[in-house]
Amino acid sequence: MNLSNLGNLSVGLSTYLLVAAMLFCLGLYGVFAKRNMIAILMSIELMLNAVNINFVAFNRFLWNQKIDVHYVLTGHVSALFVIIVAASEVAVGLALIIAVYRNRKSTNVDEFNWLKW
Amino acid sequence: MHDLFQWAWLIPALPFLSFLLIAFVTKRSKGLSSTISILAILTSLGLAIAIALSIIRAGEEIVEHPAIVNVNWLNIFGLNIDFGTIIDPLSGMMLFVVTLVASMVQIYSLGYMHGDKGWSRYYAYQSLFAGSMLGMVLATNLLQLYIFWELVGLCSYLLIGFWYFKVSAREAAKKAFMTTRVGDFGLLLGMIFLYNKFGTLDFAALAAALNTNFANVAVVGTVGYVTVMAFLIFMGPVGKSGQFPLHVWLPDAMEGPTPVSALIHAATMVVAGVYLVARMYFLFDASPAALQFIGGIGAFTAIFAASIAIAQNDIKRILAYSTLSQLGYMMFALGVGSFSGSMFHLMTHAFFKALMFLGAGSVILAVHHKQDIWDMGGLWKKMPITGWTFFIGVMAISGMPPFAGFFSKDEILANALQNGHPIIYAVGLFTAFLTAFYMCRLFFVVFMGPEKSENHTHESPWSMTIPLIILAFFSVVGGWAALPEHNFAFFVHFGEFEHEAINWTLAGISVIAGLLGIGLAYAIYVKKLISAESIVTRFPRVYKVLRNKYYVDELYLWIIHNVMDGFSKVLYWFDIFVVDGIINGIALITRGSAKTLRLTSTGQVQTYAMVFFFAVVVLFMAFAIGEGQLTALNPLATLGGVK
Repeated sequence: MNLSNLGNLSVGLSTYLLVAAMLFCLGLYGVFAKRNMIAILMSIELMLNAVNINFVAFNRFLWNQKIDVHYVLTGHVSALFVIIVAASEVAVGLALIIAVYRNRKSTNVDEFNWLKW
Repeated sequence: MHDLFQWAWLIPALPFLSFLLIAFVTKRSKGLSSTISILAILTSLGLAIAIALSIIRAGEEIVEHPAIVNVNWLNIFGLNIDFGTIIDPLSGMMLFVVTLVASMVQIYSLGYMHGDKGWSRYYAYQSLFAGSMLGMVLATNLLQLYIFWELVGLCSYLLIGFWYFKVSAREAAKKAFMTTRVGDFGLLLGMIFLYNKFGTLDFAALAAALNTNFANVAVVGTVGYVTVMAFLIFMGPVGKSGQFPLHVWLPDAMEGPTPVSALIHAATMVVAGVYLVARMYFLFDASPAALQFIGGIGAFTAIFAASIAIAQNDIKRILAYSTLSQLGYMMFALGVGSFSGSMFHLMTHAFFKALMFLGAGSVILAVHHKQDIWDMGGLWKKMPITGWTFFIGVMAISGMPPFAGFFSKDEILANALQNGHPIIYAVGLFTAFLTAFYMCRLFFVVFMGPEKSENHTHESPWSMTIPLIILAFFSVVGGWAALPEHNFAFFVHFGEFEHEAINWTLAGISVIAGLLGIGLAYAIYVKKLISAESIVTRFPRVYKVLRNKYYVDELYLWIIHNVMDGFSKVLYWFDIFVVDGIINGIALITRGSAKTLRLTSTGQVQTYAMVFFFAVVVLFMAFAIGEGQLTALNPLATLGGVK
């Protein structure tokens, strides 16, 4: 990983990784700092997508092989799987949030400290 | 093998069955309870007689090859325990004695316990006792014997405390149970030791193992091992058979009903210890030190208890000390190698001591539950059957020919002298003199002398006198088993059998000792040539010590109050400050740390997630730094990941 590559404006693996890391940190910040449950859910999506970028980037730069005439697309397929899981996760997460909201009339996580005795 | 011997298990099974029936079905019906119990024990008696006759008919064959039936009972992790029955002359004799005395006592109790509230309970206990005792006699291995050994101890406890509303009865029951427990613990240790060394508890297998391995130091260790085993095993008999220093429970056990004293604390249970030593004689025989110890303890108990009996006034206590003394006799007989003599005395003693206890019960009932012999007197004319049978018992225990005690005592004393134990012989002879003296003192004071007019006495009912007559019969003819060519010793012996004729010189000396005792008692208590009071006033110290049973009870009480309580206080301090301190300390630390740590638990999921995340980061960095040195511990490296 060489950040000086940015100076040449050449777009390499590090650029993708940097974008992905930024995206991940944004998501992480959102998960830690947001009070609204839906916002937290969205932040989680951000983190997942950061991972997707990594998958695809690694596949392109480090695993750029051909079998016969076809490229090997393991990373891409993994990213697809992550998207599928993320979709189901959102469905479950939203259902949970609605259930909690019906009980508590709120989606503010500060009010949900039931774990504390 | 004789077919009949296969059915020996029925002998203990029937009384057990009767116990269950009475306890769970017929408890409310008094008549039915006693009928079932007596029928069961009489059937057992019939079986025992049949087996005894078969043994006599089988002769040499059964002596050499006992009939053993074993059923596997327990087999876990190499621990293999059988339940079974052994029929040899020794157990055959015991079966006969136990069933006979037990059935006599149960019939006698019909009269003695008449109108008692606990009638059904009494017969249930009696049946349980009979079953346990017979099971013990038939045991083929130590564990089986131990189980029944404890069961008879339980019955003893239950029957001593039968009249539980009396404080003294309760206390006596507890004392009996706990004192024998001390000995039983030694027995248990001995069993564990034996199992550890030989890998079996079966009597026959143990005897064989000891025979073949005795010379083999590698297997047995040294003779010292055998001696330790023998001493530990002997602790059981010391407790059960009331040998010094665990004799203290037996006199107190007289708080139970008199027929119970006759059955359990004179004729059967207390000889269980002697029986155990006889069963395990191959072990004791292998250790001269143990035999010597048994001889010493037995002889000491014999003379110790006999001397106490002289100064007692309670009719049952005199008999109890006499029992102790006779048990000492049996024990030292085993110690000096008079195996058959000891067993012979066990048998004759069971007859005449049960007879005398039942006679004493008859007397106690007649004088309305007074037990001090000085409150009785002149009962000879009022109670002819009790008087005559009691007389036979006294003659038998004093060793007068042709009564049973003469033959057995003579054999023991003769063997003691012939096997080179002159001191034990002298002690035995002197004990015989004392025995004759105190038994005749009892007899003369109770049956002769002036009649006490306040006692409106009358002869006891038939249910009580018939057992007396039957036992009196055996107290006479029981000893004649020594006379024929194939005599008692031919059947019951250890090692090589040698026929020994009665040594008339030694027998004569014993008889003279007995006669001296009788004569002395006659002179003091009938003719009043010497006043009993003047003897007491001349030796006040001696009298006081004897009257108070050598202060053994007081000594034990002192030891418990001072030594044991002191030790307990130390343990109490240890418990309070050290054990409890550690426990409380752990609790305090847990509570304190929890109090601090719970502050970190905010209940905010996001806080937890943050902590989790940074912990992962820290761990990751730690592994990244240590990667060079700790490649093996690096989870990423081991997964073949980032380099």
